[in-house]
Amino acid sequence: MADLSLINPDRQSRLLASAQRFVPALVLVVALVGILAYAQSAGDTFLIRVFTRIMIFGIVAVALNFVLGFGGMVSLMHASFIGVGGYVVAILAYHDANLEPLMIGPFAFTGTSDLAILLPLAIVVTVPFAALTGLISLRTSGTYFIMITLAFNQMAYYFFVALQAYGGEDGLQIINPITFGGLDLSQRSTFYLFTLSVLALTLVLVTLLVDSKFGIVLRAAAQNERRLSAIGIAPLRYKLLAFVISGTLTGMAGALLATGQQFISPADMSWSRSGELVVMVVMGGLGSVSGPLVGAAVYLGLELILESWTEYWHLAFGLLIVAMVTLLRGGIADLGTLVPWLGRNVSGGKN
Amino acid sequence: MGLPLLLEQAINGVQFGVMLFLMSAGLTLVFGIMNLINLAHGSLYMIGAYLAATLYQMTGQFVLSFLAAMLLTALVGAVLERLLLRRFYDRSHLDQVLVTFGLILVFNDLVRMLWGPVSVPLPLPSLLAGSVQLMPGLQYPTFRLAILAVGVLVAGGLYVLISHTRVGMWVRAGASDRPMASAMGVNVETIFVLVFALGAALAGLAGMMAGPITAVQIGMGEPVLILALVVTVIGGIGSVRGAFVAALLIGVVDTLGRILLPPALGSMVIFILMATILAWRPKGLFSVHG
Repeated sequence: MADLSLINPDRQSRLLASAQRFVPALVLVVALVGILAYAQSAGDTFLIRVFTRIMIFGIVAVALNFVLGFGGMVSLMHASFIGVGGYVVAILAYHDANLEPLMIGPFAFTGTSDLAILLPLAIVVTVPFAALTGLISLRTSGTYFIMITLAFNQMAYYFFVALQAYGGEDGLQIINPITFGGLDLSQRSTFYLFTLSVLALTLVLVTLLVDSKFGIVLRAAAQNERRLSAIGIAPLRYKLLAFVISGTLTGMAGALLATGQQFISPADMSWSRSGELVVMVVMGGLGSVSGPLVGAAVYLGLELILESWTEYWHLAFGLLIVAMVTLLRGGIADLGTLVPWLGRNVSGGKN
Repeated sequence: MGLPLLLEQAINGVQFGVMLFLMSAGLTLVFGIMNLINLAHGSLYMIGAYLAATLYQMTGQFVLSFLAAMLLTALVGAVLERLLLRRFYDRSHLDQVLVTFGLILVFNDLVRMLWGPVSVPLPLPSLLAGSVQLMPGLQYPTFRLAILAVGVLVAGGLYVLISHTRVGMWVRAGASDRPMASAMGVNVETIFVLVFALGAALAGLAGMMAGPITAVQIGMGEPVLILALVVTVIGGIGSVRGAFVAALLIGVVDTLGRILLPPALGSMVIFILMATILAWRPKGLFSVHG
């Protein structure tokens, strides 16, 4: 890279900075490959399952943080995107197993268990759902936004509870093995690597978006919407697009969740799950792209540990959350600075 | 469907709406005056129901148990406000969501510890257990009528309190412009505790009235909390009048939607209603902040 010196120094430092911002993500991805290698050699399938789940919720947390940490939108409906993506997989796999076509009005769709079709389909279904709910909730802001997203989460929840044909409140089991083209994803380590690839792509995408012009406008909107309007940029379009991107990534993660647990139920999309997702993001730090992945790992890890200690682990967890929020005087954004190696703290720039 | 059945469901809807109003009144005032999102409001609903069930079991006095449980729930609310939540009035909405979400987990598990995981019965006294004939072919449970009466009474009392008393004037002043009210000499600290305790008592009352109909169980407040949030948003944050209108609207539409529409649509109809109203009026029907 000697010819870097030929470029003007300003450009050079920018290129360097742009390479550097991928470092935390790279470290985490390498660590996750290492964990698989270790679990394989030790024959520990439990570890593989746990970290697959962590990666899936990591994708969700990274996606949620894109709107929450960078866009300033406290969404309490991200669990519903998980559910929508998950049900796309479960319902079509159900029709694939039954060999009955899925009838929507006059149209008949044959079922499938191929994620190469199901993942794009999950996107096709999540985009309009996120766009419509986003359009309505983003017309308001602050308190209203939080409450409306919460209400939409519950709406989607009740919709699937009422879908008796697909198990209603009991949820829907996935019987056949899910594939991706020729890959058999019921193979635990294959699915691990597949999930890891989706996670890595998500991290790259969100990193690029945050630093793009689009991301700059989004972050500016989170800090001061009026100022943004004053210089001639209407924030709504940017926020809506961010919301749809975030919701869609979450829907894809939902498709992976259903594949991984071979099951989806309304419980996977309850409003309290949406709350837990926000806690994960906050635990990892709002300022960085990869922090929420660490947050998801910490949250799910703590859950496993506390669960094995006491029947009343929700109590311990609730007290932990209350203490965490109360004691960090400058607000929860401070927590990100406790994990300094995750790098860039965007919220630091608002002085 | 016959007329008596439709009429019965309509009354059920109004009765549900009245109960939702009790839940939403405190919520909307706390939002409007303290600018606090209290997701733990549903926990107060649950606590009220558990306290009433236990007191009634111990004493056998239905009305006294309800009144005592209301007072105790108000006390829980006041303590919560003084010890913890008042620190969050000036924090970000995110912090408020997190702390009250944490509180829900704490309260749910505390109740599980104290009362066990099984739901607790809250039986009706014989006076309220029967039913009344409203018209030929329409028998209506006495207890549901009692709920309706109590709800309307409380709503009326709240109206008088807020619109025609000095304390009510302070509350309204606080809701429309807190710093200005404070500058004009209103003791906002006292108003905060009073409003929070009152809201808690009303949520508790709603919980105990729902107890004999549904069941006194862990997490019973959460679905109601979300409906109360919908009511608050539709009515306009901070507006008690808006909450009353929206609560009746949601109560009737939800109840009738469930029997008249196919299930998947019926369970979503109030959220669609909310979306429609907000698309038309983003700040709700009766916006206080203008």
